[in-house]
Formats: sequence, C-alpha cells, structure tokens
Amino acid sequence: MTARNISLFVALVLALIAPFVAYPVFLMTALCFALFAGAFNLLLGYAGLMSFGHAMFFGMAAYFFGHVVKAWGLPPEVGLLAGVLGGAALGLVTGALAIRRQGIYFAMITLAFAQMIYFLCVQMPFTGGEDGLQGIPRRALLGGLLPITNDFTLYYVVLAIFLFGYGCIYRFIHSPFGQVLKAIRDNEQRAVSLGYEADRYKLLAFVLSAALSGLAGATKAMVLQFATLTDVSAGLSGEVVLMALVGGLGTLSGPIVGAYIIITMQNYLAGFGEFVLVIQGAIFVVIVMAFRKGLVGEISAWWKARKHKA
Amino acid sequence: MVEPLLKVAGLQAWYGESHILHGVDFEIGRGELVTLLGRNGAGKTTTLRAIMGIVGKRRGSVTFEGRETVGHPSNQIARLGIAYCPEERGIFSSLSVEENLLLPPVVKPGGLSLEDIYRLFPNLEERRRSQGTKLSGGEQQMLAIGRILRTGASLLLLDEPTEGLAPVIVQRIGEIIRQLKERGFTILLVEQNFHFAATVADRHYVVEDGRVIDMVTAADVKQSLGKLQAYLGV
Amino acid sequence: MSGFHCYDIFAIPMQAWFGQLLLGLINGAFYAMLSLGLAVIFGMLNVINFAHGAQYMMGAFAAWLLLGILDVPFWASLVLAPIIVGLFGVVLERLLLKRIYHLDHLYGFLLTFGLALVIEGLFQWKWGSSGAPYPSPIAGGWNLGFMYLPKYRGFVVVAALAICLATWFAIERTRLGAYLRAATENPTLVRAFGINVPRLITITYGVGVGLAALAGVLAAPIQQVSALMGTNLVLVVFAVVVIGGMGSIMGSIVTGFSLGLVEGLTKVCYPPGSNTVIFVVMALVLLVKPAGLFGQTK
Repeated sequence: MTARNISLFVALVLALIAPFVAYPVFLMTALCFALFAGAFNLLLGYAGLMSFGHAMFFGMAAYFFGHVVKAWGLPPEVGLLAGVLGGAALGLVTGALAIRRQGIYFAMITLAFAQMIYFLCVQMPFTGGEDGLQGIPRRALLGGLLPITNDFTLYYVVLAIFLFGYGCIYRFIHSPFGQVLKAIRDNEQRAVSLGYEADRYKLLAFVLSAALSGLAGATKAMVLQFATLTDVSAGLSGEVVLMALVGGLGTLSGPIVGAYIIITMQNYLAGFGEFVLVIQGAIFVVIVMAFRKGLVGEISAWWKARKHKA
Repeated sequence: MVEPLLKVAGLQAWYGESHILHGVDFEIGRGELVTLLGRNGAGKTTTLRAIMGIVGKRRGSVTFEGRETVGHPSNQIARLGIAYCPEERGIFSSLSVEENLLLPPVVKPGGLSLEDIYRLFPNLEERRRSQGTKLSGGEQQMLAIGRILRTGASLLLLDEPTEGLAPVIVQRIGEIIRQLKERGFTILLVEQNFHFAATVADRHYVVEDGRVIDMVTAADVKQSLGKLQAYLGV
Repeated sequence: MSGFHCYDIFAIPMQAWFGQLLLGLINGAFYAMLSLGLAVIFGMLNVINFAHGAQYMMGAFAAWLLLGILDVPFWASLVLAPIIVGLFGVVLERLLLKRIYHLDHLYGFLLTFGLALVIEGLFQWKWGSSGAPYPSPIAGGWNLGFMYLPKYRGFVVVAALAICLATWFAIERTRLGAYLRAATENPTLVRAFGINVPRLITITYGVGVGLAALAGVLAAPIQQVSALMGTNLVLVVFAVVVIGGMGSIMGSIVTGFSLGLVEGLTKVCYPPGSNTVIFVVMALVLLVKPAGLFGQTK
C-alpha cells in the first residue's frame, strides 16, 4: 500500500462520512466547484492553456439544466446531459477560434468570449435576465426511483458525479492523448515536427474541459436550484483560476483543495461584502510572487526535498 | 610594464546550466587588434558576451582600464568605454538606419561624429531613412560597426564581422578595420575566416573548449600555419 | 421587441443618428487611449496590464478627491492625477512586476488581475459601488441643427485624439521613442549599448498607467465616478486589442476609434447588439486574420 493509495483511501472514506459532520449543501457546492476547478486545471496544468472565461461553460450549463428541468419538465439526467453537451458545443466553437492565438492572447480571447456570453445571457429571455432561473425543481432520478429532495441523498449522487468527472480527467491525463498533450505543452515545436497536429489536441482538451465544466455547472444548478448571471460572470472565471492556483496547477488534487479553501473562505467572509474581492486579489498576488506551485504543489515539493535529504 | 587595456583572468561563464567558459585568460594592450580564433562552439562568442556582461552567470576577472567589471550590469560596462557588435548584427527593424546609428549613447568623448561615420560608409548615408533591416547583409554589417563608433568607446568587440559576406565586401570591411586601428581604437575580433584575421591582427589567441590554449603573434603566423590549421580543423 | 430595422434608417431621426455616433466616437476615444496604454506596456514588459481598468478608475477618483478635498479644479487634475497614479504604477513595477519578468507571461496577467481585484475591492469597500458625479468643466453646448453637441464631449474627443497622436509621435519620432522601440525588440543589446533598460521599463509602465489615469480624468465628467467604472471597460478594451493586434501604435488608435463608431452604429440600427458587437467583430477577425488587423505574429 503506497502512501498515495493510502491517502486516496482516506480521502474516499472522509468523503463518504462528510455529510454527517458538515452541511451537505456546503459540501455539494464545494464538490461542484472542485470539479469545475479540476476541469479548468486540465486545460491549464496539462495543456498549458489558460482560459479566463471558463465561467461561460459552467454558467450556460446551469441555465440549460434549469431550462430543461423547469421549463420543459424533463428529468434531471437529461438536464445534466444538456449541460455537458451545451458546454462541449460552446467549447468547440470558442475553442476553435481562441486556439488560433497563443498564451496571453488566448486568455484575452476566452475572456472576451465569456463577456459576450454574459451580455447575451443578460438579454436572452430564457435565462431570466437579472433574476435568473429560480426554483429549479429537484425531480427524482432514475425515472422516479431515486428522490433527491433530501440533501443527504443528493450528496452521494453529487459525489458520484464528481468521482465520474474526476475519473474522466484522470483517464484522459494518463491516456496516449494526455501524453501528447504534455509533450505539446512542454515543447510545441518539437511535437509538431514529430507529426502531431498540436491544434487538434489542444481543441480536444478544450472541449473536454468545457464539457466537464458544464457537468459541474449543471450539477450546481441541480443542487442549489438556481442559475444566475453570477454563474457566467468574469468574477467566477477569475475565481476558478484562483482555485486552481491556490491548490496547485498541474496537480490532480490541487484544484479540489483550492476549491474547498476558496468556498470556505467565501462562506466565512460573506459578511464583509466587497472585502472578499480584496482578499482574493491579495491571494492572487501572494501566490504569483511567492507560492507559484500552490498548496499541494509546494507541499509535495517540500516532501520530495525531505526524502532526498534523508 | 604598460597596463593592458583589457585583462581577462580565469573567466568562467554559464548559459543557464551549460558551463561554456572554463577559465579564459588573455590581455589586450591599448591600440592593439587581437583576434580570438577557434572552431565552432569553442566559446569565442561567449567570451565576447561575457566581457560585455550579457551571459547568464560569470565568475573570474575582467578588468578594463584597471577596473573590475565582473558583477556589474552590461549598461555600466558599456559606459566604461566598451562597445559590442554582435554576430547576428542586431539591427533594429523598428528603427530607420539613422535611428540605428544614433541609438547607442555617447559614453565618452572622442567618438566619431555622424558625419564622420557617413564619410566612412557613404552607402549608409544614402539609405539613412530606410528601415534598418531592409539593407543588404553587407550594409547591415557596416551599420552595426558604424553605430558603435559614435559612442566614444575605446575597445570594440567585433563578432564575426565578415560572416556570410561577399569577398569584395569582406575586403572593404578589412580596410575599415585597419582604418579604425589607425585611429587608435582597440579591437577584439572573433573570426572564423583566418586569412582575413591574419591581414589585420597583431596577435591571435586560440580558444578551445572554453579556454585559451595558445597565442601566436602576427610575425610568427607564417611558421605556425600548420599548428593553427590543426587547431581550426581546417 | 424591435428587431433589425436598418431599412428604417431614414425613419430614425437625425438627432438619434448623430447622437449615437458622437457617443460612439467618445467611447472610441477611450478605447483608443486605453488600448494604446496596454499596447505600450505590453510591448516593453510583455505583460498584459489587467490593472489598466483599475488605474483608469484611480485617475477619475484622484480627480474627484482632489476636487472634493483640496478644491483642485479639473484642468489641474488633468496634470496631477496621471502623475499621482503613474507614480503608484512605478511603485507597483519596482516592487512586484519586475520580479516576475523571467517567468511565463501568464503570471504577469495573473498578478495584474490580482492587483485589479485588490484595488477595485478597496475602492468599492471604501466608497461603495454607486457612482459620484463630477461637474463638467465646460458647460453648455452647440446646437448644430442636426444634433446638440455638448462642449465638454466635443473637447474630450479632440483631447483624446491629441493625446493619442502625441503618444504616437513620442514613440515613432523621438529619440526616447527609438530607445523604447529598440528595447522592445532586443532589450539585451540595447542594455549592452549603455542604456539603463530596467529604468526604461519602469518609466514605460508608469507612463502607460498615467495614460490610463488621464483617460479616467477625462471620463469623470461624463460617467459617474465609481469603483467599478474600469472593470467592464477593460474587458472590452481587451477585445479591441485582440482585433487591432498590438503590433502598431497607429493601429491601436485607429482600431479603438473605429470600434467605438461601430458600436455607436449598432446602437442605432440594432440596439440589443451594441453590447456584444465588438466581441462578434473579434470572432470574425480571429477567423480571417488571427494576428489582428494591424498585428504581426510575433
């Protein structure tokens, strides 16, 4: 039993007993954002592409879920699927255009597209504009067999969705596709000279990241039962970057840690209004200046250094 | 004993992790023209860059007019009176020919005026308003040499000034370098073209694997020809 | 809901047309000034200054505070505010930005993003997000028949144009501008000629920030002075910058003004599209010329 397997086992046990000690809604929200941050990190940490507009996938999926379940009366599975497909489709369109530029330009383009989506959401009737989609019903899953009005039950469903999503990320990273992606990230010219069409791989990673972000967004709408403009806002895009940064880019567990930290922080600072932004900004600054590897990254680097000394 | 203008002792240099110079030793007297010869990758260009202070890390000693320069940033080294003409010429595409010529600031009195430079290189005057990189290879080389003459620097570091140029232009550059020597400039020249170097230099240092392994004066060149050819792998 | 009614053009009163075009021109003036500052900073520092919107807002606030606390009139603020905010920018560069140049450029983006959050958060915390009015320094206007032109707004367009052209001139036609252009291309060589490039970089950032603040002062009498006035603006300016490409100064200026006009036109013909038209243009430009209209693929 390696240290890694032990910690995974412990984490799983903790996850299973968590709703007995903490508020299930808080945990579920954190899980949604952890999946969102993980999807973002897939793109940044492994493909080397920083998207500053990821909220568009999360938020649009939330709207799609809400619309499908509330306005069309379909079961939540369909809503989740709508979220995933919607995210993927949006990812395909924006990704195809954004990937034409590199680095900083790519970030700016995704930011601009997200802003465009935001404005569209303000105006489109189906989003409910400033009010958003409220009161999305929690219909039962599995054709009525699994009622989810109980937060407790819903927690395990969300945990399953989270594990599925993260499983996808894990499989992708360790697949041949993932290896090529890493090669492209490390030295694109070399990969291209070896015959790989870098843009195709990047687009694939982008679409996958968008789809998983969509899954996270749709799940969030299922849990919290609303979808609003905040879900497609530039603020949220920035927050998910912060989560991945705080936790550690390019680490698998980093985004989960980061998401929990940021969500917890927001809960505690809810009374301080705008000061939350100042704290978030300050964290950004401190991390970029001093802790670029993020929490998980710095700890694992420190651990490795200790092992070497011993 | 006259103090050399430039004295390099135990100079080591790194590009990132690569340790290129392992301890270079040589000196140049005022008014001399000295070349660094050697094969590709021997460390000649790195030596010039190290003197100028634009490599990653340096150790050892480089004294100019008696003042230690290791540890100082390149802009301060330039202001002591050393000017650098890089191998890739470094002509700025966003500047015109004249702007390129006027860019390096005057660091000491005694440099050539703009008119002097145009007299030395009349074809540059013709093209003064053109974009710097629109010039031919030979003209760009003359521009690269010309712009450091205004600064008042007394030591010129020239990295492969004849590389890739037609023989007639190489000849012209040789003339110019000889004129510069007559005017009193001290020149450190890196050259692959040994025959060209032999026509202008007072002394030759041979560089191999980041170290100076031999020195040949102009007088001794004829009898050392075989040895030199072996060094250069010709 | 009104749909696309461009065939109604002659049914739309001339007043509305010219009113919107003037508004578009003014917006374009600010797009041009801000994208110019961003382009200059990016050229030298290779950093996208996300804090540009916050620094624009600081300029407006500086003018407002100078007026409220020290009774400093608008015209003096036009000079003082950019200097104050510019110095703040210099401090930021020396303290923070300078230490991360050796890293991937995205870290610069993240750092300035964090700074923007901090600055805007602090201003919002202290003064709230609702705006405060700033009195117009030039009252009244001209009735031109086909439209009413407020004097101050006319001044803003002329002033912005003058500022942009002065910046262009300083960069393209002066000695200092030559240093800047050369250092953008090859900073190592420029430093090896004896020019203190790190100091040049600091000054460039300070001037870029000062430009943003200057735009903020000009904006104060038109917009309400609020902590959030820069946030949405900077996102649009990013799109403007992607469209123009950051290769040329004149390109940034032309693109900024043009897109402002395009936005104004859209407001007349198809109002619901005016928010998003610039982004749509960006998408189209990316399809056809990814490097931007005036850009060179670096």
